[in-house]
Amino acid sequence: MIKFSERQLRIPVIARPVYLVTGGMSRFDRAFPDRKTEELCVDALTEAAQFINLSPARLKRYIHSCYYGHFADHFGDQLLGEAVIHDRLGLDPLGNIGIKTGGATGGSTLWEAYKTVASGYSDCVLAMGWERMDEVPTDEGNHYISCAADKDWETPLGHIYTGYYAVMAQKYWQVFGREEASFRRTMAEIAVKNRGYAVHNPYAQGPLRITVEDVLNSPVVAYPLRALDCCLMSVGAAAAILADEKTAFEMTDDPLRIDVCAASHTLRTADRRAMEIPLLPNETPGQYDDLAERFPGAGRYPGFSSFLAARMAAYYAYGLTGITDPCEDLDLVELHDAFTISDIQSYEDLGIRPYGEGRDYVESGDCYHTNPHTGKPGRLPANLSGGLIGCMHAVGATGIMQVIELGHHLWNRWAEMHGAEYKWARFGRRKPEDWQDLQVAGAKRGMAVSHAGVGSHVTCAILQHPDHLLPGGSFR
Amino acid sequence: MKADSVRGVVRVAGNAYKPAGRFHFSSASTPIRNEQGELTGITNPREIIHIHSYGGEAVFFESLGKGKLLATRCDNAECESAGSVYLPFRIHCPDCLAKCAVIDLTGAARESARIHTFMITERVGAFNTLPTPIRFINVEFDGVCTILMSTLCVGEPEIGMRVAPVFNTEAPAHTILDLSWAPAGAREDELPEYFHFG
Repeated sequence: MIKFSERQLRIPVIARPVYLVTGGMSRFDRAFPDRKTEELCVDALTEAAQFINLSPARLKRYIHSCYYGHFADHFGDQLLGEAVIHDRLGLDPLGNIGIKTGGATGGSTLWEAYKTVASGYSDCVLAMGWERMDEVPTDEGNHYISCAADKDWETPLGHIYTGYYAVMAQKYWQVFGREEASFRRTMAEIAVKNRGYAVHNPYAQGPLRITVEDVLNSPVVAYPLRALDCCLMSVGAAAAILADEKTAFEMTDDPLRIDVCAASHTLRTADRRAMEIPLLPNETPGQYDDLAERFPGAGRYPGFSSFLAARMAAYYAYGLTGITDPCEDLDLVELHDAFTISDIQSYEDLGIRPYGEGRDYVESGDCYHTNPHTGKPGRLPANLSGGLIGCMHAVGATGIMQVIELGHHLWNRWAEMHGAEYKWARFGRRKPEDWQDLQVAGAKRGMAVSHAGVGSHVTCAILQHPDHLLPGGSFR
Repeated sequence: MKADSVRGVVRVAGNAYKPAGRFHFSSASTPIRNEQGELTGITNPREIIHIHSYGGEAVFFESLGKGKLLATRCDNAECESAGSVYLPFRIHCPDCLAKCAVIDLTGAARESARIHTFMITERVGAFNTLPTPIRFINVEFDGVCTILMSTLCVGEPEIGMRVAPVFNTEAPAHTILDLSWAPAGAREDELPEYFHFG
């Protein structure tokens, strides 16, 4: 049983508030034989500038330092790929740095950018992420991804990262899902929902109109996970501009407060030691004393069924921003749905539901834009972008894409950014005749969760409209 | 045979690497064209042999080929985790960072190893050498605070199943693949080629 020190559990404090000024994205797709990475990054930064009615050249004049999320150098066969992009964006003489934390790279890039503004080092920064996963065939890509596991103890075991994660899925499926057909259908519902939302997103790579049966009949990848339970492998770029209050309001009339926290857990799941469940503000001591009775096999936390890093990133972020109950305090979320089952696991780690009850978030209809049971707005809509399953997982860009998507809702500009005919045309995609406006009415606060593989790194980014900040929190 | 025509091998002398033979192999790039015959890119073929040190874990990988499963234990009496046993083998205690003691866990593994969780998959990445489907298992042991990832080479896995370690002692690769597991009670003749109970 391991314990963390009081100093390790201290809620972060920042020196000054930080704002999301704007963001932009490229199209996301499986491959871009006709585009270099720098072209996608230019697309993203240009869209960010246009979003606040600036030219790229004028926007660049505000930027003081740059943070680049790009996970897999070997996919692009280019070390210092960040420097290549920095050069092509013409951002000399600004300090810049590359950030790599696996699947959480996008979130971690925002975390670094955020701390730079919060500390006072820079008044305005660029957080840009991208990934180039189309320049090797899938088998070689799987090998490269498996190199993010321990090269001596894990990678030789099949050279398949999905397998290292899938053992966790199996544990959750057996202990908390009880191998029930109804639980399996709930997992499938997430895939149907997220791919369905992607239909209305011109940036999205994987829109599909499918049914639960389609998911259940798709090929098994690693039982109980099937092909349609899994996220996409993508190429694309996303850019966000963060600034202090004074600079943010110089650049736009409507910046959003942003706070980002991060946490970690062992790279190898094998190294995970048992501990007591760290509690979030909406949980009570003793709440989980009978968890192993209710779910035999759940006695070892976090074991292979929970993500400590997600729980701790939420712990820090909720404390920093004053969130006491994510379902009450937030209006929407973008979660790291790498797999349908890991999406359910994260509902519990984030306190959206108690441990063991994650499936209820889906089954209640709370996670939908419109609750399918009541026809009323979902209580806490999740992944209206389509998420990693329906929109994209261009690793270094993913966490940034999530925050931009939240921003579009909080700015009340979701329909403009997703419904404009020119955008569908520019991306070479056909806007569906039944295109749906997924704007969350009156959205004031949202959360994006960026997550690496088996949970080695997780970030929580909280966006708040400055007129609707939560009381409490350590930032004051 | 000229040294530069032999695939690279390495020995250590005087605590320095002494490479011999070729460590890289190249061939010409080929163009990538679209339907109109226009150039869009090129292939970049190459092969490189890397050199890698096992450092303080070398004894673990050497021992697998001898039919032994080694773990480590923190014996620092001042450490709050003193007495904790680690497998995967950790050179240093994750709490106090003292160098751990190496212990032989082969017997304890035979007596108490059981499957914590598992996964069966047909999908593999490039360079995989395991037969498919791969039966990933995560193995827990009495008295060990971690849960080892490995593979089951005989039968079908179940959570809670008792298993025993088996080792490639005949033709060891000196990698983690020299270790696998079989259900408790499995027979020697059921094991893959080169593998034995120890």
